[in-house]
Amino acid sequence: MELNAITIGFVVFTIFTLGGGFGVVTTRNLFQGTIWLMVSLFGVAGYFILLSAPFLAAVQILVYIGAIAILITFAVMLTRSVTRIKERYIRIVPSFIGSLLLFLILLFGVTVPIFGSHLPESAPQYVASTRDLGMALVDENGYVVPFLLASVLLTAAMIGAIFIARDEKAKGG
Amino acid sequence: MDELCTGLCQILVESGADAGLAQFLSLLVGVLLVSGIPLVTVIVLIWVERKVAARIQDRIGPNRVGPVGLLQTIADMIKLLSKEDITPTAADRVLYNAAPLVSFASVVLIWAVIPFTPFHFGVDLEIGALFFVAIASFGTLAIMVAGWASNNKYALLGAFRVVSLLVSYEVPLVFALLVPVLLAGSMSLLDIVHAQTGMWFVVLSPLAFVIFYVSSQAETGRAPFDLIEAESELVAGFNIEYSGMKFGMFFAAEFLHVFTNGILMALLFFGGWMGPLYYESPLIAFAWLGAKGGLIYFTTLWLRNTVPRLRIDQIMAFNWKFLVPLSIANLIFISLALKVMQELGASPRNLAEAGFVELLPTTVVLLVINGAMTIYLLGLLRKRGQEARRESMAARVPLAQAAAD
Amino acid sequence: MAPLWMYLAVAAALFSLGVFGVLARRNAVAILMSVELMLNAVNINLVAFWRYSETSTDLLLNGYAFTAFVLIVAAAEAAVGLAIIITVYRNRRSVIPEEAVALKG
Repeated sequence: MELNAITIGFVVFTIFTLGGGFGVVTTRNLFQGTIWLMVSLFGVAGYFILLSAPFLAAVQILVYIGAIAILITFAVMLTRSVTRIKERYIRIVPSFIGSLLLFLILLFGVTVPIFGSHLPESAPQYVASTRDLGMALVDENGYVVPFLLASVLLTAAMIGAIFIARDEKAKGG
Repeated sequence: MDELCTGLCQILVESGADAGLAQFLSLLVGVLLVSGIPLVTVIVLIWVERKVAARIQDRIGPNRVGPVGLLQTIADMIKLLSKEDITPTAADRVLYNAAPLVSFASVVLIWAVIPFTPFHFGVDLEIGALFFVAIASFGTLAIMVAGWASNNKYALLGAFRVVSLLVSYEVPLVFALLVPVLLAGSMSLLDIVHAQTGMWFVVLSPLAFVIFYVSSQAETGRAPFDLIEAESELVAGFNIEYSGMKFGMFFAAEFLHVFTNGILMALLFFGGWMGPLYYESPLIAFAWLGAKGGLIYFTTLWLRNTVPRLRIDQIMAFNWKFLVPLSIANLIFISLALKVMQELGASPRNLAEAGFVELLPTTVVLLVINGAMTIYLLGLLRKRGQEARRESMAARVPLAQAAAD
Repeated sequence: MAPLWMYLAVAAALFSLGVFGVLARRNAVAILMSVELMLNAVNINLVAFWRYSETSTDLLLNGYAFTAFVLIVAAAEAAVGLAIIITVYRNRRSVIPEEAVALKG
């Protein structure tokens, strides 16, 4: 692997993604945990750019940093029994062993089979653009049904979230 | 920037530099230029803003340092830099210090996609318009972080108010932004400007422009939506614990954001660098963009210094009950009309290649739709206003009788 | 360009971090954040396989489009999940899932 901008980018985004992920599962303070989560997801957005999917990168930043981060910070502040929790973890040893095992299984189960498969060594030169994605999303042979279902899901989730989180006292009206 | 890069690259390579190094150096120069322009602009902007505000309020404004007070901002910067750099003991040190940087960077990054002339731009992203919205969300997060990291009740409350305002007004902003994207058929800012060769988008959809204008005024926290500051009632909100240059960063970010939005509106709705003789020289094109952006910027200052501040419930009600439905309706009607016109063959498929005459039918139809919506809305607002007045009168009559008794 | 297996390794590590968080953390908000990590690990895999396979040439956008749908589901999940957490907190003054046992037989 030669040293070029993409390699440097890959290393930087790996540090972001895994460092942020480590921060999420270890920090005691949930607000800092949210910021770590955003660092991690920013790294994932960087991967999307390296993988020539800039649209996904922008949507990732918009959805996670613009919306979900704000949502989580509000939830953290509204549920302030955080300080009551003495121990951060339960069953830490079995969880650690379990996730380590899972990591090894994933690493060898997913990564090894790609060597010697029909997948090409390097990525193809030509890649679909954002315009192609847009056309595919509304193409009747493409993803128009999932697309419509997703919009229904979002509407349902929005109504559901508002209904669940509404104050009991205000429910009379 | 492309043009500049190839030019600089060639010169460097011809003078014997390594090709990779030459490319890297010219890219570096480009990055420094694009990020340097806003940094220099903001110094002038603060002076302009203070002068305009002073004139509207019948004052003279800064006039001591330099000719007509031009160097006032530099003097202020020196003052801010020489102040003690305070971090509250209970604050979260890292996040507290990172927040102003992220806030300022979120505005400077927008300039990466702004095309100054047809040939001079940082990058022409396929997703330029989306990039602008995504980057703006960093600013929102920075405010939240600043409020929390200060470890101060007032800062946190201020941050809550501001963040709820910013998140809410992002919705109509994005819906209004979708109209130029829809008309141009591309999210690249360069393509959006090129698509306005025949007709500016402000003519095709004035309502989208008005929605974008109002919500960007809210996004930058300017009156009548200036909950961010509200000096008199809210002890300044989220930046209460900040002092010195850290406060200055938030301040500069806000001022720069207003001007950036002016430039963006010029690009999205007023044809960017289009104007008589713009193809003659990049300088003329740049001057046109600057003039249009500056004019829009001036109107926002004018508005800021003229209207009173609204209450937070009024701001939220205005957004969710008025702007959001309006922006959705506007988008639906415009996309429907455009599709029908294209199927009938009355409207060109590619606006970038269409002239003024070919666009006339589209313009008329879209204008009529926009006009009808405006008339209906004005009627609706009139009815609501009358009802509100009647209710307040009805509430006042018993009080007056009680006072008489 | 980094080879495919590197992306897969990072995604595996991120997914395992998320699994660890879900299993070990006590706070419901922290668990939700760990679930987001797992979703993003899946997204990295989807986009990486899409980019490195031949299908990206003939406009088959399965990986690309699927990732977009995962993002939509993630947004919906976060909104509903946090609403549930806030409601549970309001009723029981607790954000620890083990303590919400009202429906336990």
